Amino acid sequence: MHKYGDVIVPIGPQHPALKEPESFLITLRGEKITASSVRLGYNHRGIEKACEERTYTQGVYLIERVCGICSHSHSTAFVQAVEEIAGVEIPARAKYIRTLIAELERIHSHLLWLGVAGHEIGFDTLLMYTWRDREVVMDLLAKLTGNRVNYGINTIGGVRRDVSVKQKEEVLKAIDTLEKQTKYYIDLATKETTLLKRLQGVGVLSHEDAISLGAVGPTGRASGIARDTRKDDPYAAYGELDFKVISVDNCDVYGRTLVRLGELIESFSLVRQVIAKIPDGPITVRVPRKIPAGEVLSRYEAPRGEDVHYVRSNGTEKPDRVKVRAPTLANVQSVSKMLEDRYLADMPIVIAAIDPCFSCTDRLIALRDTQTKKSNTVIWETIRLKGIEWYKQQGVDFTALNKKLSKKLHL
Amino acid sequence: MNEEQIKQELEDKFSFLKDAVSITRKGRIFAQVPLDKFEAVFAHALKKMNFTALSAVTGLDRGDGFEVIYHLNRDGAIVLNLKVLLEKENPQVKTITGYCPSADIYERELMDLLGIKVDGLAPGQRYPLSDDWPKGEYPLRKDWKGPTSAKEAQNA
Repeated sequence: MHKYGDVIVPIGPQHPALKEPESFLITLRGEKITASSVRLGYNHRGIEKACEERTYTQGVYLIERVCGICSHSHSTAFVQAVEEIAGVEIPARAKYIRTLIAELERIHSHLLWLGVAGHEIGFDTLLMYTWRDREVVMDLLAKLTGNRVNYGINTIGGVRRDVSVKQKEEVLKAIDTLEKQTKYYIDLATKETTLLKRLQGVGVLSHEDAISLGAVGPTGRASGIARDTRKDDPYAAYGELDFKVISVDNCDVYGRTLVRLGELIESFSLVRQVIAKIPDGPITVRVPRKIPAGEVLSRYEAPRGEDVHYVRSNGTEKPDRVKVRAPTLANVQSVSKMLEDRYLADMPIVIAAIDPCFSCTDRLIALRDTQTKKSNTVIWETIRLKGIEWYKQQGVDFTALNKKLSKKLHL
Repeated sequence: MNEEQIKQELEDKFSFLKDAVSITRKGRIFAQVPLDKFEAVFAHALKKMNFTALSAVTGLDRGDGFEVIYHLNRDGAIVLNLKVLLEKENPQVKTITGYCPSADIYERELMDLLGIKVDGLAPGQRYPLSDDWPKGEYPLRKDWKGPTSAKEAQNA
């Protein structure tokens, strides 16, 4: 029997180890986590409501800004839904261009993740290497679409920019470089003892738990759920392309690393197939502003997992309802399970291993004072006191502990 | 099991689903389920028809009432969408967290954004609105306007 009780440690919403606002309450017994809960919603911006008040075309640009990393995922899922309701078949060339951007987005997202994972386990050289290589694909995206993120390539009825012969050559050249580097990372991940020791057996999510908690994407595929929307329910040009669904049975952070590295190799192959097969022709068709009444569920395999959009139209030029289910919302629920009975030191990498994206997850309301329009300066002390007050309401109170500490330190 | 067979099984098993199931395209089945029979249909789809993955729960305001759609999927392309209609006054559904623990966050969203009561949901953190969000304000209801849009409407 230990003589100390459990300690609840609040982590977030603003915390140096986490890149986006989310708040965890971790119950610790010694170094081990016995329970945890998560509070989300800090990035809620009211996008779903805002979509109902705007036209479909405006909605495309708004939906694209649900997320900075998977912007193409959200905009494609949305335009697919609207096109399906309108009964529009987009040109084959547009489908291939969407697929090309989708795979380049996956490459940049997975390389970004590998860097973050390296950083969270104290292997910052890996971060520097992968983010250097990620610039290759970022430059490529900027050349093809005009932007590093929020590409603005999609429109209802096709895509907005064509791909030239010269650009195709540039893509192939860049993919060769990226493939060479990725093979080096695979070699590293499977042989380097430090990485193996740090990632194996950490953040375990059993196959059964992954199913009941609804894990998607690489998180699910690393626990043996061989589901991939690109294969199961093909959209864009995926039905005409050849690729493997990568899944492993490791069920831990190491497994999630293997899945993402494997997917990078598949993505390189997909990009090459797209460049080789892309048909000539128009890139867009006209779609009427008013969309007939109907409802559609659109699915898309984003880098973090299945992205689901539900769109209902009412015959006007504005949607009646747009629902976005980002992959992190499905995955974040398994984090508590992964943290159970694990060391606190593993927490950053376990959370990072689902590749969380809370902007996506929270989507939706910030209220602005439209009456006064005055800017308020909030001083640090006010924020600190508000934070202390908020945690007190959640049942976390350090007053007694602080008193004890000041007494010990003779403050 | 293809879409037609799933439709057939649902209609055979539950007589009230006759003419209530529609296949909108390959891989998409929508079914309108009476609220009091929902649990039986949901449990059957989950346990007997292998729709083990809950993609999402969508809530929406129809003006004269509310609608909740449960999107269920499984291996392959088919998504089964089960819809229930709720009254405008006192909208209420039963929690499905007993069947799918992952439904927790979607149900909290129904409570926060539409003000739909979820019966039997364990107490927990709200999602996604902030702690100081005013009581009784449900932003996804059609008659709700944020201060900015309310002002815009006034000026227009």
